[in-house]
Order: sequence, then C-alpha cells, then structure tokens
Amino acid sequence: MAEFLQFLFSGLTVGAVYAMVALGFTLIYNASDVVNFAQGEFVMIGGMVTVFAAAAGLPLPLAAVLAVLIAVAVGLLLHALAIEPARGASAVTLIIITIGASIFLRGVAQVLFDRQAHGLPAFSGDAPIRFMGAAVLPQSLWVLGGAVATFLLLYLFLDRTLLGKAVLATAANRLAARLVGINTRTVMALAFGASAAIGAVAGILITPITLTSYDAGTLLALKGFAAAMLGGMGSPFGAVLGGLLLGLFESFSAGYVSSTYKDAVAFVTILLVLFAMPSGLLGRRAVERV
Amino acid sequence: MQMRAVLASRFFSLFVLAAMIGLLPLAFPSGYYFRVAALVWISALAAIGLNILMGQAGQVSLGHAGFFGIGAYAVAIGPAHLGVPPWAALVLGAALSGILALVIGKPVLRLRGHYLAIATLGLGVLVAIVLTNESRWTGGPDGMPVQRLVLFGWRVAGAETWYWVSGAVLLLGTWLALNLTDTPTGRALRALHDSEVAARVVGIDVAAYKLRAFVIAAVYASVAGSLLALMNSFITPDQAGFLHSVELVTMVVVGGLGSVLGAIVGAAVLVTLPQLLTVFREYEHLVLGLLIMLFMIFLREGIVPSLRAIFAARLRTRAAG
Amino acid sequence: MLSRRTLAGAVLLAFAFATPASAQNTVKIGTVLSVTGPAAFLGEPEEKTIKMYTDKINAEGGIKGKKIELVSYDDGGDANKARTFATRLVEEDKVVAVLGGSTTGTTLAMIPVFEEAKIPFISFGGAIEIVEPVRKFVYKTPHTDKMACQKIFEDMRLRKITKIGIISSTDGFGKSMREQCLKVAKEGGVEFVADETHGPRDADVTPQLTKIKNTPGLQGLVHTGFGQHGAVVTRNVRQIGLQVPFYQNHGVASKSYIELSGEAANGVRLPAAALLLAEKLADNDPQKPVVVAYKQVYEKTANQPVSTFGGHAYDGFFILIEAMKRANSLDPQKINAEIEKTKGFIGTAGIVNMSPTDHLGLDLTAFKMLEIRNGDWVEVKAGS
Repeated sequence: MAEFLQFLFSGLTVGAVYAMVALGFTLIYNASDVVNFAQGEFVMIGGMVTVFAAAAGLPLPLAAVLAVLIAVAVGLLLHALAIEPARGASAVTLIIITIGASIFLRGVAQVLFDRQAHGLPAFSGDAPIRFMGAAVLPQSLWVLGGAVATFLLLYLFLDRTLLGKAVLATAANRLAARLVGINTRTVMALAFGASAAIGAVAGILITPITLTSYDAGTLLALKGFAAAMLGGMGSPFGAVLGGLLLGLFESFSAGYVSSTYKDAVAFVTILLVLFAMPSGLLGRRAVERV
Repeated sequence: MQMRAVLASRFFSLFVLAAMIGLLPLAFPSGYYFRVAALVWISALAAIGLNILMGQAGQVSLGHAGFFGIGAYAVAIGPAHLGVPPWAALVLGAALSGILALVIGKPVLRLRGHYLAIATLGLGVLVAIVLTNESRWTGGPDGMPVQRLVLFGWRVAGAETWYWVSGAVLLLGTWLALNLTDTPTGRALRALHDSEVAARVVGIDVAAYKLRAFVIAAVYASVAGSLLALMNSFITPDQAGFLHSVELVTMVVVGGLGSVLGAIVGAAVLVTLPQLLTVFREYEHLVLGLLIMLFMIFLREGIVPSLRAIFAARLRTRAAG
Repeated sequence: MLSRRTLAGAVLLAFAFATPASAQNTVKIGTVLSVTGPAAFLGEPEEKTIKMYTDKINAEGGIKGKKIELVSYDDGGDANKARTFATRLVEEDKVVAVLGGSTTGTTLAMIPVFEEAKIPFISFGGAIEIVEPVRKFVYKTPHTDKMACQKIFEDMRLRKITKIGIISSTDGFGKSMREQCLKVAKEGGVEFVADETHGPRDADVTPQLTKIKNTPGLQGLVHTGFGQHGAVVTRNVRQIGLQVPFYQNHGVASKSYIELSGEAANGVRLPAAALLLAEKLADNDPQKPVVVAYKQVYEKTANQPVSTFGGHAYDGFFILIEAMKRANSLDPQKINAEIEKTKGFIGTAGIVNMSPTDHLGLDLTAFKMLEIRNGDWVEVKAGS
C-alpha cells in the first residue's frame, strides 16, 4: 500500500507538471489552431528569470512576478512578430515557425543567463509530508494546486466571460467571429499572452522540484504536447486529465513494469488510446470542411 | 513560354541535380566539403521521402527519424551480430522499415492532423528508446561502430567516395520520386492532399494511398540512415531521436512542401547552416532560430515554390510587356 | 533560372566554407566540445578553461614564440555533428592537435578521423572504451568509470556493505558506468540486489527508489549518471527516507550539485579528484599548488564554482602544451610521441604517467573518497 501510494504521489507530481504545460498548449490552440512548440520555453523563462532575478537580490515573490511579466511580453511579441505576419499560412508552416521561435528563445537564454542547472527554494520547506508510509513534498501540492487553479480560471474564463466566448468563437470559425464583431487579432494576442503567463507560473512552481536550465523547455513541450493530445486538444479539462494520466502511466510503469521502459509504456498507452478514440479522451470530433 | 515548359518538365530538376553533383567538386578544396555535401545528399534523400508523405499525401510525421534509425542500426547490427554483409543489411533495414510502416501505418494513418503528429512522434520515440536501452545489441546511448561497406571487393571509404555514392543514390531517389508524381498514385496523392473528402468522392481509396506514401517515406528514410551509418562507420541513437525528426520536417517545409527540388534545397540549408553559423559563436542558436522563422514568414510556401512563383510572375509581366 | 539557382547555391556554399586566413606565426589547436545540449554541464567549463589558459599563454608570449590559435566548435552533444567538425579541423583548419569530445559518444564518433589523419586527440569523455584498446593517437584525462566503481566498492567492502542497489541514468555516462560496475562487482566483493534506471531529466524518481528501498537485505545504494540532475535523485533518496549509505559518482562532482541538493546532500559519498578539496589538501600534497592555482584562476575568470570537468580540460590542455614544448615542432606525429612520453605530470585529476600501453596514465590513488558534510567536501579514509 505504501508502495502504491508513493507511485501515486510521484505520478501526480509529474502529471501536474505536464498538465500545466498542456493547459498552455490548449489555450493557444483554442484561439488560433496553432500548436505552439515554444510553449516549453515559456516554462523555462518563468523558472530562469525568477532564479536570476532572485540571485540579483529581488525578493522571491517580486522575482516571480517579474518572470511572469517578461514571459507575457515574450508571448505577445511572438504573436505580433512571428505568428501574425504569417497569418493564413498552413498549419505545418506555423508549427515550424514556433519551432524556430523555441530555438531562438533557447539561444537567447543561453547567452543572457548560462548553461547550468538552477533550483529555487521550495515554497513551504523541504520536509516531506509522510502519509501511510509514503512521502510527498509540499512543493508537489503547490504544483498540483497550481494546475487545478489554472484549470478552473481557464474554464471560468472560457465558459463564463464574453472575452472567453470570443476566444472559442475565433477558434471555431475566424471569419464568422470577425463578422459578429470580434477583433480576432486581439483575441489571439490575448491567448498568447495568457498562455505565456500559464507557462511561466508553471516554470516557477516546478523549478524547486525539477530544476531548470536554458534547455529545460524541450522535454516539457514534448510531454505537454503528448498530454494535451491524450486529453483531446482544445479541452482544458482534457489537458489536466491527459497530464495527470501521463504522469501516472510513467510512475506506475516505472514502479510495476520497468523503469527503463516507462516512457515507452506511456507512449504505447497514448497510441492505444488514440486508436480507440482518434480525438483523444475529451477532444472535439474533427470535421473536415469541404 | 518555352522557358516555362522547360521549368515545368519533371526532368529539369533531375538535370539540375545531376549537374550540381557533377560540377560541385570542381570548387571543393578539401575533403571536408565532400563530407558536408555528402551529408546534404543523405539528408535530402530522407527529406524527399518525407516530402512524398507530407507534400503529396498531406500527412505529417514527427517520428520519421525512427525509420532513419532503423536503417542506420540495421547496417550496424546486421554485420556485427548476425553476420549479414552491410549491403544486405541495408536492404533488410529498408524492408523492415517498410513492413513496420505498413503494419503500424494502418491504425496510425486513420488519425488526422495533430493527432497523427503525436502518434508518429510516439512511434519515433519508441524506436529511439529501444535503441538507447538495448545496449547489448546497440551499444546504448554512446553508440556503436559500423563495419565498412565492401562492394565486390571495393572498400567504400573516405569523404570523396561517399560523396559520389550518396550523390548517385540521391539521383536515383529523385528520379523515382519525380516519376511517382506523374503516376496514378502521385495524382491520387495530390488529390488527397487538396481534399480528402473530394478524393474519396471521386473513388480514390484514400487509406490505401496514404499507407503507400507512408511506406515509401519510411523506406527512403531507412536507406538514408543506412548510408549515414556506413559513411560515419559509427552511429548513436540521437539519429533516431525526436530532434532529428523535427529537423527532417523542417527541411521539407523550409525547402517547399510538395517540391522534390525543395526537399533537396531544404536539406542543403539545414545541413550547411550550422557549419556556416559557427562564426556567430555563442549566438549560433539564436541566429538559427531567427533564420528559420524568417524563412517561414517571408517564404511561407518554402524556398523553391516561393522563388518559382516570383520568377513565373516576372516571366508573365515580361511576356505581357 | 538555371544559372541563377546554381549561382545562389555556389554563393551559399562558398559562404559556408569560407574560413579566415591565419597568421603565419601561430600554432592551431582544435576543440570539439558539447558546449550546448544535454552535456553542456561538461562542455561549458571545459571550453572556458581552455580559452582562459590559451589567452594566458598567448599574453606571456606563446609556446616558444608561437601564439596559439584556438579553433573551437560546439557539437551540441550530437555525435554526427562532432564527426563533421572533426573532419573540418583536420581538412580545413589544419590543426596540429585536438582537445575534446566532452562525452564518450562524440569522442568515439571522432576517433576514426584523427586516427586516419594521425593527429593527437585528447578526450574528456568518461568511458574506458576510449583508451581500451589503446589507439595510437587517442588519449583521455578523466578517470574511467571502471575506476570509480572500484573506488566505491573498496570503500563499501571496508564498511562491510555487500548487498547493494544501483540506480542509473539512461544517458551515456550513466549507462556505461552501470555496466562497468556490474562487471567489477564480483572482484569488488559486492552483489547487486536491485537495478533501476531513470531518464536523464526525470522530474521524480521516487517510484524506482521505493522499489530499491523495499528490496530485502539492501545495504547500500549507488547512483550513476552525470550532471546536476543527480541532485534530483539525491533529494528523492532523502524524501522517501532511504537510510542506507548512498554513493554518488564523479559525474556530479561540482559545487552546484551540493547547492542544488541542499540538506539532502549531507552524508553522500563520492569518488572524485583532489581538485574539489583544493585548499583543504595537506600542504605536502604534490597536487595542492596546481589545483589551488587552477581553482582560483577559474573562479575569478568564469565567475562560477570550479568543477572537475573543467579540470579534465586543464589537464588535457597542459599535457598537450608541455608535449609541444618538448617536441619543439609542429609535426603532429612528433607531438603525439611526446604526449605518450608524459611522465609525472601533476594535473587536477592526479599524477599522470602515460606509456605506449596506457593512454590515461592515472591509477586508483588519483581518486579520493569524499563525503559531503555541512555543504562541503571532506576527504574520508576508506571504510571509515
């Protein structure tokens, strides 16, 4: 039982990290149909800016706020300078642009910061909370709480506010959205900014556990993308579910099957899920427009 | 007008490529140039194959390096552990890749868009994981040596030799790809790229054609992987990894989706850029990312189709004037 | 169109291959290091070290009046890229010797190029395969992973620890060291009762550690794998309350490992070079002046704590420079012959004695067993 619980805690911790990244993917995808492969770099910016601002003497909360602001600025610039000028390009062209952006941002980070790994102090100390023989770090609860809070905010925003509905309308049909008076350009900019903020918050929350470095975003983007697809692209609840499930697959296969092949087990599971449900667990069914 | 007919001819590309392969060495002062050019030819071969899947059939694969890795490790493992001669291992690797693509392709290609992307990504990652972890066979993450290719007593070694070998294989691959464009398969694939529903309505067996493109692309990548492993006489699992898959997709898109010549140009750009950008020292990655973005923003159809369009527009205005 | 396209291609190629002309009175040394990518942890301090000492030597007038011209490439940890840069160094830049290969994978990929060109090549890769079998032009400066295993087992044997678990990273360093440890376990008198792995960037490895913890009879634990991520493993070990003696490896040996692990690092042992002790070494230790000087220069110039990886580059650089001075020639083969004759070279890793059958030149005495206490390294007597 203690063993099972430890695997569960580990899976939830890692899963919450993936869920936060997946939520960022979801928001941009919802507004613009773009899969933003630079999402991992927002997470990196959140962590790295906080580390370096704190090292420069800023109090931690202030450093964190600064990091989120910088990430939002980067998100808005990415939209204005790279995505907006390429409007109307094919989906794969846009993906390559975001890949170029992620290489660029990593390149900037390694010049501006350094190429070493960095950590942050845990928010509520390092002493693990023991529960029925298993141990969980307080920071894991912060990450988990962060993922749930982000999800709730995003859900309320998309479902309950006019602006949120404008985002969904833009995703569903850009032309129709513009016809009913939605400024789709502003909506997309907003999505990029908010998504960058989500990524940065994730980066700040997870750095005490996972450490961060200029190239921390690559793996996170890969796993976050996988989580978003597993849950069903475009659904915030799917993103959280997909993230947590992916984390749990990994930890339980590391615990019960083989630690060497835990990532393989996770990906095989994703493949099987997609074969059975081609739009992910909670995704909208894709309909091709003729 | 005649000029445009020449441009449109499918053998024009082949002729340009043959001329380039034949004439470039005249400007090469050292073996290093031959090596970089050979790397371009090898990457171009994989990109041409991927382009059939992406540009013609309209299906994205983010795991194509997996097939590249299978080809590479086939020529590494075959001779070292199974006593298969390298050339036969290359053929076996291509066959294995093709069969794997055939078996896996059926369920995977039912997925669309980004779901297809993540499924293929998963496949590629799986191959990389196996290659990294089965170190008894593959040497693990540090890689393994590959025996030299010997053909009829001729030991294929050296950058210059490999330049010609890979160039010849690329010509063959280009010729096959160009021919495919004008076969019923090629036409069906393009129809399906434009609209799957429309293609289905006119009676095209969409699933079968997609699968065919997937298998062809897998075989191209596998052969390219084998060539790289044989040329380097050393291979690591990085070549099967996610980043290499992304690199291959970038080659195709930067060069121009659907254009055979575009795939070659894309490969040339992505292989030579890192060599060229070493002058920027620590700003290398920054510049590389910036260039990729600029290429895609200003030449969004890809280098070759965009330039062709610009050129055709000029011809038209000249004809009109 | 044809002419324009080929012209564009030719321009691109000419641009790509243009190399700056070099002055006559210089000697060219090449480096291929993983300054970015997953092994940047190794490559960055290595490149910084080589750069700062090149500048220093040039400021002092160079080697016998010839200034060193450094040609450095970053392979990003990619073996195929490393191979291309190796060819470039030989064919284009015409260097007389090459330092680098931060990892075993990039090193093995480059070896055929330098062997064929008969250019001496001093690697900073970890695995024993680099120098076993001995290749005429290939050397390395870090202790081998096999030696690290032996050193750990020696300490365990004296502490009467025989049943141990291993957790290894699936990166090249971690996997290679795991295999070496399994190989020498028997003669080291230990038995592996648990064997788990983790990905090089895993956020949490508690499932694997929990399995190890629940293995009956477990008396000790070894982690193999390089980089600052070793800190995550260390913290997880403490998190789940795994109490047995825990050994890290020389691949995490930098001060930032202690900082990132925090409290959890206390009590961890690892085999490492004298460099980490520096000022704390006994005054009669022959290595003391060398490592203290290097530590001070590095920390002042690079503005970051010294690591043993930069130390490997220091050793390789000066083994080469001294061989070049002795050879008094720019002929790579003569330089190579002198490198092989290196005797009594005092480096950061130990005292190096090369021979035609030993291209590493270090023995087990070069390793010290360290324990982390109160956030600092302390040398412990074996078995204490």
